[in-house]
Amino acid sequence: MPAANRDPRQRWLMTLSIVIALALTALPLPGVMAPLRPDWVILVVIYWCLFGPGNAGVLLIFFTGLMLDVLNATILGQHAMAFVITSYLPLLLHLRMRVFSWIQLTAAIFGLLLVYQFILFWINGVAGDSTPLIHYWAPVLTGTLIWPVVMLLLDGMRLRTAGP
Amino acid sequence: MAGSNSDTQRRTAAVPALGFRILFFALLSLAMMAIDHGRDNLDGLRRTIGVIVYPIQATVSLPSRFIDWSARSTISRADLERENNQLKVERLRTRAELQRFNALEAENARLRAMLKASGKVTDNFSMAEIMAVDPNPYLHSIEINKGIRHGVFEGQAMVDANGVVGQIKVALPFSSTAVLISDPDHALPVEVLRNGLRTIAFGTGEFNRLELPYLPNNADVIIGDLLVTSGLGGAFPAGYPVATISNINLQPGQPFAALEATPAAKLDRVREVVLISPKDESGKTEEHLAEAEDTDASRE
Repeated sequence: MPAANRDPRQRWLMTLSIVIALALTALPLPGVMAPLRPDWVILVVIYWCLFGPGNAGVLLIFFTGLMLDVLNATILGQHAMAFVITSYLPLLLHLRMRVFSWIQLTAAIFGLLLVYQFILFWINGVAGDSTPLIHYWAPVLTGTLIWPVVMLLLDGMRLRTAGP
Repeated sequence: MAGSNSDTQRRTAAVPALGFRILFFALLSLAMMAIDHGRDNLDGLRRTIGVIVYPIQATVSLPSRFIDWSARSTISRADLERENNQLKVERLRTRAELQRFNALEAENARLRAMLKASGKVTDNFSMAEIMAVDPNPYLHSIEINKGIRHGVFEGQAMVDANGVVGQIKVALPFSSTAVLISDPDHALPVEVLRNGLRTIAFGTGEFNRLELPYLPNNADVIIGDLLVTSGLGGAFPAGYPVATISNINLQPGQPFAALEATPAAKLDRVREVVLISPKDESGKTEEHLAEAEDTDASRE
């Protein structure tokens, strides 16, 4: 149903979920947990690339990345670039990836998160920031593990708000 | 029918453009990084976005503020009285010390005037609360609730009751990001209080350890020596305590010894910090201070 692609309610839900993901990213965690924090925002962005590509504009994804840059006080454009490049494949292949079983999809998410972290890692390397490796790759694992939950939650909200 | 037809047309027109859009925004962010890196040329944009994300940061810090508030409002009368007495005693003691300090300050100013030296003797202070710690575990940085509107500027020094905490990295209109002295990318010019020996203290990524990699094996340093800011880097005013030497590891084969120091400030449990502004632009900073106190009063 092509009409659902530009559903304003879905766009509203998308914005809300991105704001919640940003808030979860800014939430202070105790020291031991902090390196394990999944990258909520990229998970939500990938979800909307797959299941609401008509609303997930590249400009919006870019701007979400900029907000994360400001929130994390990283170089302006680092997360924006990682977001834009990572969202390319899900935007391009969303029709194919939507029919994946959830195990296949989770595996695909693992690959996408690897690409995402690698871009961040690479930019940090070029910019000359110090980067302990373990803190870098732990979010890939936790993000992959938490993905089915994120997908179930967002699916529930998306299908409930979808128009008749 | 016609609607869905034009929609499919639009979509087929949009799909080939996807690669170009992605490429365009990727190149745009690459250009932004090139402009931003090291020179802070995009501060205006960063501040604008900072205003947009401020509500998120403020909301996230609400639970801890609420816990603080409820802990404060359910405190018992006996506790309050005890605390009040304790504070009175402490105030008396600090006032007594301050009297001596005032005399010393006056003497210092007189001596400097005799030497015709232009020295900043005192600084202005303003309080700030920590809103959030950075989610990035390998960047030791924190968010504070004062911004450009309150007179905060980039590079401003930040201390707590015990010593130097860090400096402002990014100042946004209503909040700021500060980097702690324990950040692996942070270096701080210090001197040994006992003999004035100058060196540089580097962050290690651990809250309770700094490194001093550039002191030779025969340097006159002993465990327990207090390091204070030397004021030579320009960012920090001189004379604030930074750390005490905790470990000296002589390396006979190397040009430098490996020294470690423990920060004086409690970097991992500080909640309020004091921002220091030099008194040179005193008119301006005092005005800002008054403003900040006004807004504080209205918030309380």
